[in-house]
Amino acid sequence: MPLTALLAALAVANADAPAWRWGADAQGGAPYVFLDPFEPNRLVGFEVELAQALGTKLGRRAVPVLGPWDKLLELLGRGDFDAALNGIEVADEKRRVALLSTPYFAAPEVLTVRRGDTAAPRTKEALAGRAVGTLPGSLAERILTGLGADVKTYEGGQDEIYADLKLGRLDAVLLDAPVARYYADVDPSFERVPGDFGHVQYAVALRLGDDTGLAAVNQALAQLQADGTLRALFERWGLWNEDVAALEGAANFRPGPAPEWERWRSAVGAPRPFFERVRDVYPGLMPLFAKGAGLTLVTSLLSMALAIALGLLLVAARRSNRTPLALAARAYVEVFRGTPLLVQLLVIYFGLPELGLKLSPFVAGVLALGLNYAAAEAENYRAGLESVPDGQREAALVLGLSRWQALRHVVGPQAARLAIPPMTNDFIALLKDSSLVSAVTLTELTKTYGSLANSTRDHLGLGLVVALWYLALGLPFAALARGAERYFGRHLAKEPS
Amino acid sequence: MTLRVQGVVRHHAGNAEATLKGLSFELPKGTLAALLGKSGAGKSTMLRCVMGLEPFEEGLIEIDGVVVRGTKEVSGAERAKALAEARTRLGLVFQSFELFPHLTALDNCTLAPVTVKREARGEAERRAKALLEQLGLSERLHVFPAQLSGGQKQRVAIARALAMEPAVLLYDEPTSALDVALRNEVLQALKRVDAAHVTQVVVTHDLAFARELEHVCVLENGRVVQSGPPADVLRAVAERQP
Repeated sequence: MPLTALLAALAVANADAPAWRWGADAQGGAPYVFLDPFEPNRLVGFEVELAQALGTKLGRRAVPVLGPWDKLLELLGRGDFDAALNGIEVADEKRRVALLSTPYFAAPEVLTVRRGDTAAPRTKEALAGRAVGTLPGSLAERILTGLGADVKTYEGGQDEIYADLKLGRLDAVLLDAPVARYYADVDPSFERVPGDFGHVQYAVALRLGDDTGLAAVNQALAQLQADGTLRALFERWGLWNEDVAALEGAANFRPGPAPEWERWRSAVGAPRPFFERVRDVYPGLMPLFAKGAGLTLVTSLLSMALAIALGLLLVAARRSNRTPLALAARAYVEVFRGTPLLVQLLVIYFGLPELGLKLSPFVAGVLALGLNYAAAEAENYRAGLESVPDGQREAALVLGLSRWQALRHVVGPQAARLAIPPMTNDFIALLKDSSLVSAVTLTELTKTYGSLANSTRDHLGLGLVVALWYLALGLPFAALARGAERYFGRHLAKEPS
Repeated sequence: MTLRVQGVVRHHAGNAEATLKGLSFELPKGTLAALLGKSGAGKSTMLRCVMGLEPFEEGLIEIDGVVVRGTKEVSGAERAKALAEARTRLGLVFQSFELFPHLTALDNCTLAPVTVKREARGEAERRAKALLEQLGLSERLHVFPAQLSGGQKQRVAIARALAMEPAVLLYDEPTSALDVALRNEVLQALKRVDAAHVTQVVVTHDLAFARELEHVCVLENGRVVQSGPPADVLRAVAERQP
C-alpha cells in the first residue's frame, strides 16, 4: 500500500509519542507538497522533507493530513492537525487566526509573461488593469490588488494558472519564486520579468494558544538551520536564493546542484503520447484512483441511505394532519434545497464545533450530503404519492386497510414506480456532488484527479480516466433502477407477463 | 335491520345549505335496493357518509348492529372505533371501480382478507377464485386491471368487496359506464350475490335499472321523499313530474 509505505518512510524511531499531524494540500503542487510525477502514489516536496526533519527533531512521527489550501488555517483551528506547513505566508491576517513560527523560507515574488510578448506588463505600474493570475489568499494577490490589476485567482493548481497564461487568457502571472521555478522556468514559452515585485516568507502555523508547540517548532527550526539541514534541503530542491540566504544569515549566496529540480524538469518535458500513457502510466495510478473511488462510493451510498430515510420521515411529516409538523418539514425542504451544499458542509464542519459538536470529516461529509439530498428525496416521494389518485387510498380504507396498510400495499407501490427515475438522477448527482467532501480533508475521486493532474500536468488524459471511474460507479445503479422500474411497472404491459 | 340511516345531517363547510338534511331510511337484511336521485340530491354524500369517507354532524348510521353517530354527538375516538368496526361489515363498489392497477384480479381480491383479516393466503385465494368464477371471471384471474374490459373490471370490483364478506354492499352508479347488454350482466351479477346474507344498495339515477330491484328510496334535496316497492314508487315519481 502506497500510503503505508509513505507513513513508514516518515516514521521515526519514537513510535510511542503521538504522531505530529501536519496539514497541507497536495493539489497545491510542486515544489511544496505534491504527488511524485514518476511515482504518483508517493507524496514528495521540500515541505514533506521539512516536516519529516521537524518530526525527527520533535521526536514524533510526522503524518500528513490533506485539505484544501485556502482552508488549512480553519482546519488547524478546528484541531484536524497539529500544524499547517504548506507555503503559509507570514502576514498579519494569518497571525489573527494562528500562531506563526520563525520563518523557515523566504523568496521574491516573480512576474512571468509569455516570451517575446511585447505588449506584456513588465513593471508594477504597467500591471494596472491587466489580467494577472495568482493563488487566492496569497501575498501576490494582495500586491496585485494594491496595484489595481485585474486579478484572476485559481482554486485548482498552479499548473492551470500558467496554462492560462500560455493560452493568452492572462497577460502575466505573479507568484512566489518556488512556483515560478517549477512551473515557468521549465517551459521555454515563458520568461521571468526582472525587477522587485515583493517578498514573501513562509512559516509553520500552529493553533492559537499552542505556545508549547510553537516553542518546540521554533527550537527545531533553529537546530535544522544551525546544522545546515535547511540549506542542504533548499539546495537540493533548487530553492536556495538570495532572500533565503539573507534570512539564514548565510555569508555567501552560491547555489549548488539541484537534483530534485532536475528530476522534476525531466518529468515535465514533452508529454508522452496518449497511448503510451494508457499503457505505461495509468495502470500504476489505478490503486490511487480505486482508493478515491472507494471513498466516493461509500460516502455516496451512506448519504443516499440517510437521504432516503430522512426523506420518508419528511414526507410523512409534511402530509400529517399536525400543522406545526407539516410546516417544519416544509421549512426544512426549502432551507436545504435553497442553500448551496458547500455552504451546508462548511457550516457543519467548521460551524458546529462552535456549538460544541465536532464531527469527523467523514461523518460531516455524509451528514451534509444526506441532509441536503433528503430535501430532494422528500419532494420526489411527495410527487409520487400525490400522483396516485385519492380513490385508490379510499378504496383501500373502505376494504378495512389501516392508513399504514393502504400506504404499504396500495399507494406506496404505485408511487414508488414514479419516484424511482428522479431518485436515480439524484443518486448519480450525489455521486458527483460527493467531490465536495474534499473541502474537509477527504481525498475522494475528484481530488485524486486534481492532485495527479497538477503534478503530472496531464489534465486531459487523467480527465478521461476519472470520467470512466465515475461512469463505472454510476452505471450499475442506473441499470438497477431500470430493473426496479420495470418491476413496479409490470402491470402496465399490454399483455399479461 | 342491516342498514338504518336516521336523521343524518351533513353540512359541507362553505355551503349555504346542508347537503343532507336529516336523511332517514331503513333496509332489512337481504334487500336489493335502489337509492334513486338526480345529480345533487345527496346520493354520493350519503354513500361517503355511510362508508366513513366523510364525517356527518348529526344523526346515526347503523350497519349490521354497529352504530356510528355524528361528530356533534360523540367524541372523535369513539367515532373512529365505531367506524373501524362498521367497515368490517361494509363493502363499496366505486363508480370508477378503483381496482389496484399493480395487482392482478386475484390479488385485488385477496389483499384485504390477507392484510386485514389475517386470513391464510391459500384460503383467501381459494375463496377469491370461487367468487371470481361465480362472476364469470375464471379465465381472468391472473390478469392486471389494465387488461380487463369495463364489465370485467366491475365484476372484479364486486368480487373484491364480497371477499370481505360484508353485511351491506353499496354500489355507486354501477351502470353509468355500461351499455344495455352490460347493464343486464350487472343485474344478473347482483342477483347472484347471496341474497340471504347481503343487503345491497345501488345508488343510481337510472330509473330503468331501479325498476328491476326489490326496493326503491327516492332522494331529493337531502331527504328521502319516497320509499317502497319499485312499481309503487316509480309510479308516484312519474305522477309528480309534469
